[in-house]
Amino acid sequence: MSNIGLTRDYVYLDHAATSPMRPTVAEVMKPFHDQVYANPSGSHRFARDARRVIDEARDNVADVIGCRPGEIVFTSGGTEGANTAVLGTIRRRGGVAVCSSAEHHAVLHCVEHVGGRVLPVTETGVIDPIALRQTLREMSDVSLVSTMAVNNEVGSITDMQEVSRAVRRVFPEAVLHTDAVQSACWMDLRDIWPNVDVLTLSAHKFGGPKGVGIMVVREGVVLEPLLFGGGQERDRRSGTHNVAGIVGTATALRLTDNERVSEIRRIGLLRSRLLDGLEAAIDCAKRTMISDTVAGIAHVCLEGLENESLLYLLDEHGICASAASACASGAMEPSHVLAAMGVPLQRSKGALRFSLGHTTTESDIDITINAVAQAATRLLQAGQRKVTAQ
Amino acid sequence: MKVLVAMSGGVDSSVAALILRDQGHEVVGVTMRLWGGESDTGCCSVSDVDDARRVAQQLDIDHLVFNFSEEFNEHVVAPYIQAHVDGVTPNPCIECNRHLKFDRLIERGHALGFDAVATGHHARIEASPEGDLRVVRGEDPKKDQSYVVHMLKSDDLAYTLFPVGQMNKSEVREIAQRYGLRTAGKPDSQDVCFIGSTTGREGFLGSRIAFRSAEVVDIDGSTAGQVEAVELVTVGQRRGLNLGGGPTRYVVDVDVANQKVVIGREQDLYVDSIILNRLSWPYQKDAVKSPTTILVQGSAHGARFEGTLTIVDEQTARVDWKTPQKKIAPGQTVVFYDISDRFVLGGGVVTR
Repeated sequence: MSNIGLTRDYVYLDHAATSPMRPTVAEVMKPFHDQVYANPSGSHRFARDARRVIDEARDNVADVIGCRPGEIVFTSGGTEGANTAVLGTIRRRGGVAVCSSAEHHAVLHCVEHVGGRVLPVTETGVIDPIALRQTLREMSDVSLVSTMAVNNEVGSITDMQEVSRAVRRVFPEAVLHTDAVQSACWMDLRDIWPNVDVLTLSAHKFGGPKGVGIMVVREGVVLEPLLFGGGQERDRRSGTHNVAGIVGTATALRLTDNERVSEIRRIGLLRSRLLDGLEAAIDCAKRTMISDTVAGIAHVCLEGLENESLLYLLDEHGICASAASACASGAMEPSHVLAAMGVPLQRSKGALRFSLGHTTTESDIDITINAVAQAATRLLQAGQRKVTAQ
Repeated sequence: MKVLVAMSGGVDSSVAALILRDQGHEVVGVTMRLWGGESDTGCCSVSDVDDARRVAQQLDIDHLVFNFSEEFNEHVVAPYIQAHVDGVTPNPCIECNRHLKFDRLIERGHALGFDAVATGHHARIEASPEGDLRVVRGEDPKKDQSYVVHMLKSDDLAYTLFPVGQMNKSEVREIAQRYGLRTAGKPDSQDVCFIGSTTGREGFLGSRIAFRSAEVVDIDGSTAGQVEAVELVTVGQRRGLNLGGGPTRYVVDVDVANQKVVIGREQDLYVDSIILNRLSWPYQKDAVKSPTTILVQGSAHGARFEGTLTIVDEQTARVDWKTPQKKIAPGQTVVFYDISDRFVLGGGVVTR
């Protein structure tokens, strides 16, 4: 464990996987590990100190989301939030869960687990509005619809107002959940929240700690809890509060909200620089998304090349990027998102996702363009040699 | 040198990586994810990947996972299933070595700028008098794996290292123990990696193909019984034929098209020659004189028998046994060794 990850200079373009914790966040968390260590559910003065910081954190978070403090439930992360939304609805009410085929696996696998309906997406990766309306008309017992606000691989934005209208018209009582994990940095959550009943976030995607999430549940909506026990979070999520994590999460979300407008502008320019630069430098590189996406995600496909090889060569240059999700063994899986969008395998095999964030600089972008170009050239030459040898 | 070592999570490839590292090479370990479905045996379970990664961490070398499951399915699993439909006995480990462990790995190694690839196979590489490289049996006669790597050509061999080929298995384990590698006492993998030990071959195939029943007839023409799945019957088999006692009978022929299994006495299994196709020559085939006296090995650790190899045409050869030998099931790979039983001359697949 001695010097892991500390000795090399990285170009870190994997913010959608995890965004580095902001120094301020690390700082505010410190006292809650070893000084203010009481269990906030306790009945002594010391416990009340801890309780107070959680209450304040809850107020802060509610302010950024535009909801009531009582609607906030602190969880262990985005996956727990998504699981609670889907499983908690179906276990409580029965009925059918519906989601899009480009959802994160935390939603998709839950919906599949309860035998729900998975709907197609458009070529931009958002739930197909026509299929959604048709499914809603055909079905008699939809109790949950879950669509992500921002896709984690390609960055496409779902019009939650449109989804909300479509769902409410037919199933006014259905729970509408949005996985907003990739939205926090790039969209005002106050615009998303009014459209949905449950909104879930993950702290480490916006510069907070890993292992903490936020689930916002509209007042009056009751989900069956996943975890039973001490009745914390108003009986909605038992388990001792992660005090340091919750404090860090609230701080990170506040900072993100304060900087959002200027960061969208700054990162948006860097993202364009990256996409333009890659397309100019590499013949086979093409941006995947022509339509509007969030500022932080630059997705390209290098047709004819393999992203496993590309990522290895980028890694050699100290560049951290990603392709799709990995399976339990650590092997990369072909992207279910690109498959759902109808991107041919020949292109999606060469898919690369660069995700930018609060630490990204112009020089990161220029180093990356150069390194991807070198890697692509090398792999193209190797491919030609193979063809010649045959 | 920069070496890409295939690490399965077993002791041989762990020690291969260790040796190369200690020789001063820049070593990167890679575990190939091959089978995407469920199984609890063999070399691609998640716990084996964990073992490979933990050994790599212990050796302080980098470790990657390559996902070759698509190619594995195409080149190994699909042909394995089709072979059963066709009534021949496939050899998936050979096809995996041919297409994945070497073809794909070597291709990746070149593309990513490595100077060589290495595996934990018990085999050696040496130059022939003509200057070609060829596969030589591993030092440990019980663990020799030249059979499964026989298809490697001189060019491939020039890019390949077998660091444990000159060691006995006991030495390999001893080194692993001395360095405290977690794989030191791990048993050797035995079974086909994509077949679970509880469901077995029957369970695997049963969910993928429709079995057909077959009549079991004695070699003299009399009907002896019936089997429910002709696809699961192999030449040489003597159990599971539903004959209900009587003298021991062996399968001497499987005719899938006509749903017929022919059985006979042990002596009915003996033949004078075998015909082979899908020949592979590790170096220029002109270097192998025809006809020539060779030794033939018909399974991974099987005995070898003397015969005369005649190359009939580009893709066909015949071996005439010195003394009659038991039939080898069609679909099985046989490997040709020189008469001193030291190095590989080539190989082929039995057609009859």
